[in-house]
Order: sequence, then C-alpha cells, then structure tokens
Amino acid sequence: MGVEQKLGNMGVVTTTLENVVNWSRTNAMWPMLFGLACCAIEMMAAQAAHYDMSRFGMELMRASPRQSDLMIVAGRVSKKMGPVLRRLYDQMPEPKWVIAMGDCASCGGVFNNYAIYQGVDEVVPVDVFVAGCPPRPEALIHGVLTLHEKVNAMKLVEKK
Amino acid sequence: MEKSLEPIIKDLHEKFGAAHEEFRGEAQCIVKAEHILAALTLLRDTHHFELLSSQTAVDYYPQTSPRFHVVYQLTSIEKNLSMQLRVPVNGDQPRLPTAANVYKTAVWRERELLDMFGIEFEGHPDPRRILMPEGTEGHPLRKDFPLGYEEPQFTFNYKEIDLRKPYAKE
Repeated sequence: MGVEQKLGNMGVVTTTLENVVNWSRTNAMWPMLFGLACCAIEMMAAQAAHYDMSRFGMELMRASPRQSDLMIVAGRVSKKMGPVLRRLYDQMPEPKWVIAMGDCASCGGVFNNYAIYQGVDEVVPVDVFVAGCPPRPEALIHGVLTLHEKVNAMKLVEKK
Repeated sequence: MEKSLEPIIKDLHEKFGAAHEEFRGEAQCIVKAEHILAALTLLRDTHHFELLSSQTAVDYYPQTSPRFHVVYQLTSIEKNLSMQLRVPVNGDQPRLPTAANVYKTAVWRERELLDMFGIEFEGHPDPRRILMPEGTEGHPLRKDFPLGYEEPQFTFNYKEIDLRKPYAKE
C-alpha cells in the first residue's frame, strides 16, 4: 500500500476499513508448519535467506494451528494423515487459507494408489494450488502472492 | 546352498514331509499349514534359528491355487544360516495358526499380513489392522485389489468426473 508515500504534511492518511483489514491480513500471514514430504525442503528454502519470505511478513512458521492463519500443505497426504490434517485445519482461527503445495497435495501426483489422498481438497478446502514436483521457492512465493491477491479482493460485508 | 543346511532340511522332510526347493543358493521348504507351528518350534529349539527375520506373504492370483504363500524367513545367529519356510494358504478363507507364541516378532508381522492380505491368524493376541486406518475396505496387496481410484480427467469428460469428486466442505 505504501503508506509512507501517502502521508501528507499532517501525517494522516485516509482509506477504507476494508483496505486496512486486507492489508494487515496479507502482510502478516503466519503459516503453519505442515511439511509432510520433500516439498517441505523447498518450503524451508523459501523461508531461508536466499528467498526470504519475511518480506511478506511470513517469517514466523507457527507450530500451533491456533496461532496461524495459513496452512501450507507441503507433500502427499496419506489416508491416515487425512483426519489429522482436518483436525488441525478446524483448530485454526478464522479467517484461514490453505495452499496445496506441489503435485501430490494438489492431485495425488505420482501416487495414484490406496494409501494417498488424490488431492488435499478431499479433506480441506484449498485456495491456491501450486504445481511442481517439488515447486521451486519462486513458485511457492508466486502461490503466496496469488493468495494475497485473493485476500485483497475480499469484502468485509457480502453485497446483496 | 550351505552344506550345514542339508541335515536340517532332511530333518524337516522326515518329520513333516516338507518339499525342498532351492533358488539362487537359498533354501526353501514348503510346509503344510497344520505342521507350521511344529516346524517353527523344531527349528528354533533344535536347530538354533533364534530369529524370525521376516514374515510375509505372496499372492499368486490368478495363476496358482492355493493363491497365497505365507513366507517365514528364519535366521540362525549362532550358525550364521538362513532359510525359508513357505506355507500355501487357500484364498477362500485364508487362515493359519499364529506363530506369536514361538516368535514374538510375529505379532506385528501377522497384523500386517491381516491388513495387507486378509490372512487371519488363529489365536493372535491383537488382531487389528496395523498400517491402514480403521474402517478401510479390502486388502491392498491382494492382486485383485484395484490399483488406483482416481480417474484421469480429460477435456471431454472433465465435468462428468468433477461432479463425482469428493471435495471438502468448509
């Protein structure tokens, strides 16, 4: 939003409540640690110094679902993990979002078999799918930015 | 095959009529289901096979009948020997006496066989699935179990399959 540039001599800026809320939601989005497989390595790389997701206010990966508002499902979800994933998702406070990172979380990937969910959208509603096996950190960051666009378009009150 | 295995195989043949096979230097004895406990006990107590290093099964459906072979891989640490016992098991109602009283490792191995092949073990102390979640239907390692459950979506049938997909609700 670039608040500094909008500040006049009086140090005052006017905007809508919706803008402020969406700005605060996008720029301090705390993801939950949910590394299930090799995608987690790329997720860690995206967090580390080279790609540095703290530019988007995402330097904190929370281990507790109650403190996070974004779930990055990084890896394949087995049939036994599904209920656990759903339970963690239910424990997250509203508003919450889900990124399915990688092919396995998006559609089952190469694991079309009895043990793996064919896409995590069978368990939790997904906002952004990131393709790749595993996706590079740039791809994950692109996914996060896509989610930011979605959040910025959110309305506080549904218009009828 | 190891020379020192020969008297053991001869012993198994005399006591239980076990047929003997050899594959790439590894000894296999095919034992009937009613003799398996006695054979395992004999090997453990007399021939020093202290370790049941693996217990698994093979599904030969549809070529062979009976379709299952339950395989006991035994190791003798004292004599540095290993050998296999195989028990053919019928596919209609696969049942075997449990080996848990002879080798304690068999408890989890047999739970896995129950889970993956649906082979029941009489007298098993804890007959539950071990890998798949409770309420799973079927036994995944059987040859007649479907390979995958997701249908590939193409442009011509995308919507039709999409309607059937189990999407999560909020």
